[in-house]
Amino acid sequence: MKRLLLILCLVATPLYAVEPDEILDDPVLEERARAISADVRCVVCQNEPIDSSDAGVARDLRLIIRERLVAGDTDQEVFDYLVLRYGDFVLFNPPWKPSTYALWIGPFAILALGFIAVFITLYRKRGAVAPSLSAEEQKKLDALLKDKS
Amino acid sequence: MQRLLFALPLLLAVIIGGFAVWGLQGGRDPSDIPSALISNPVPQFDMGALEGAGVPGLKTEDLKGQGLTLVNVFASWCGPCRAEHPILTRMVEEQNLRVVAINYKDKPEDAVEWLDELGNPYERIGYDYTGRGGIEWGVTGVPETFIVNDDGVVVHRFAGPIVGDGKRRFQEAVDAALGGS
Repeated sequence: MKRLLLILCLVATPLYAVEPDEILDDPVLEERARAISADVRCVVCQNEPIDSSDAGVARDLRLIIRERLVAGDTDQEVFDYLVLRYGDFVLFNPPWKPSTYALWIGPFAILALGFIAVFITLYRKRGAVAPSLSAEEQKKLDALLKDKS
Repeated sequence: MQRLLFALPLLLAVIIGGFAVWGLQGGRDPSDIPSALISNPVPQFDMGALEGAGVPGLKTEDLKGQGLTLVNVFASWCGPCRAEHPILTRMVEEQNLRVVAINYKDKPEDAVEWLDELGNPYERIGYDYTGRGGIEWGVTGVPETFIVNDDGVVVHRFAGPIVGDGKRRFQEAVDAALGGS
């Protein structure tokens, strides 16, 4: 039974929403279509790419992507076509423009702030250890140590 | 300087808390996708008539220079469309608004039967069997209603049925569009 299950697991392939009738004959174009649709958000089930979505609109968009590729569009032109109709929202990879600067730079800025904080903290600590004893203190210490031995 | 550093955690907590409060506020629906069409001219499209409905089809030019127009995307298989239909019908009759429709991924006979039963307030109906026209409009589902002004520019998109609170919000959008044009 266990062995059978194992074999079944190996045989099973990941399930895609792409239906057989959508797949293009040209493997290169199909590959591009798959790559594009993995990067396009489904507008109905919003955290899923259209590549794995079963929604009707997702299927329509997959078909349109393939149509446009067959017609000779570049990947960018296909993305532009979708953005024109559905906005930046459909891109899982938001474009670099003024309204998204905070989005793109934010994490790095916070990381940099963190580094600065760490450096400041470390520098302070080292500074705190550094001051050496004054002559008088040294004398006291020597006396104490002598007492012990 | 030291004091300022001590205030940093508090400052961070306030910033993060502020975002949390903003995020929890009602009326903000993160799944509400802003339409790419707003403030843009109506997309280029040309849809044939819905056979048997007795009104002509719909194309881009039908939405220019005709005053404020509501474009309602509906389908007979869509439950919420049935719910909003009487409300929308009364609204356009009472306020003397122009409403046209896009019949989305429907069978003509089903759509005509649906209109016979519920009434047809639409001046024109574009028949969109494949859903391609819907994609030109950036439709994500039915029902959806667009408000187009006299210049043929899309001024508002309302996703979901015009019922309950949706009716109030839609009315506000219509009033704003009327005031603006």
